[in-house]
Amino acid sequence: MESFEPVIVAFCCHYCAYTAADMAGSQRLPYPSNVKIVRVPCSGKVDALHILKAFEKGADGVYVAGCLEGDCHFKNGNDKAARRVDYVKRYLEEIGIESERLMMVRMSAGMGARFAQVATEMTEKIRRLGPSPIKAAAA
Amino acid sequence: MITAERKPLEEIIDYVKPFKRILLLGCNECVTVCAAGGRKEVGLLASGLQMAMLKAGSSIEIREHTLERQCDPEYVEELVPMIDGADAILSMACGCGVQQLAMRFKDKPVFPAVNTKFMGGSQRQGVWDERCQGCGDCLLGITGGICPIARCAKQLMNGPCGGSCDGKCEIGEDVECAWHLIWERLKALGLQDRYLEIMPAKDWRPAGGAGPRKIIREDLAE
Repeated sequence: MESFEPVIVAFCCHYCAYTAADMAGSQRLPYPSNVKIVRVPCSGKVDALHILKAFEKGADGVYVAGCLEGDCHFKNGNDKAARRVDYVKRYLEEIGIESERLMMVRMSAGMGARFAQVATEMTEKIRRLGPSPIKAAAA
Repeated sequence: MITAERKPLEEIIDYVKPFKRILLLGCNECVTVCAAGGRKEVGLLASGLQMAMLKAGSSIEIREHTLERQCDPEYVEELVPMIDGADAILSMACGCGVQQLAMRFKDKPVFPAVNTKFMGGSQRQGVWDERCQGCGDCLLGITGGICPIARCAKQLMNGPCGGSCDGKCEIGEDVECAWHLIWERLKALGLQDRYLEIMPAKDWRPAGGAGPRKIIREDLAE
């Protein structure tokens, strides 16, 4: 287990988290390379199927990063994403995947430090949880 | 529309686990609109089933397909070329669709993946309320467009009952009293006189009390 390096997929909104990741880079803030970023035009674009497919294809953890409350570029896509994440968390439990492996986070484009912190904390959390049971079963 | 909700995954797994190749079928009509059994839900169920089976140490081959309508034989016929490749069919359509499949493919086990709930209307995104029970003898013309059969827990023909309080039904604070709604609506329309007419006991035969119902349109039937 010590050598376990989790694969984490981060669906990042173009208007906040994706730019925050850029900001983290500009500020030379390190964050784990375990996090694979998928840029989306809005966190509300992230469908339940995208999240589920990420797990099916071998992700150990997934998070959706959207804008701060009230700051969505498309009015309320971030709130819709949060509700969708809750829905998928319940479905993951039905499937037999710990719902902690999925998370909704919010940040603004200027929060480079928060992006790095979230990426680090999520990586640590998934490392503690171990490989996804799906990946473990497929191995 | 006919509304439905996905069955618990555990129940669906129990149905399909003896089989290796599953044809998972959605329907583009009502169950798509109520987000229970359209193309997207077929994808979600297929993915969830694959992962749950893998975790349980077995594997399953799932072919996904969504028909325009599962309750019409013309569309069900589309499945003929793919039916031999399946050991069983899992349908996300309402009960009508499931039965249409069972009738057409007599040698294939067919399982429902959703619970068909009621005929309802959408109140807002993600919320559906029961509006019709298909009683076969519509009363809406005399009850102000509000159905006492579908919306009164007691299906009273001359309500409300003593359990109506501040416009709510005694069965739950979030349930509106249908007869309160009817009275308010008739009043707003200036049709209070209708409320005073005593309605006779309902004949439940057209509602299914005389057995399964059927419609035959002589001009259309072949």
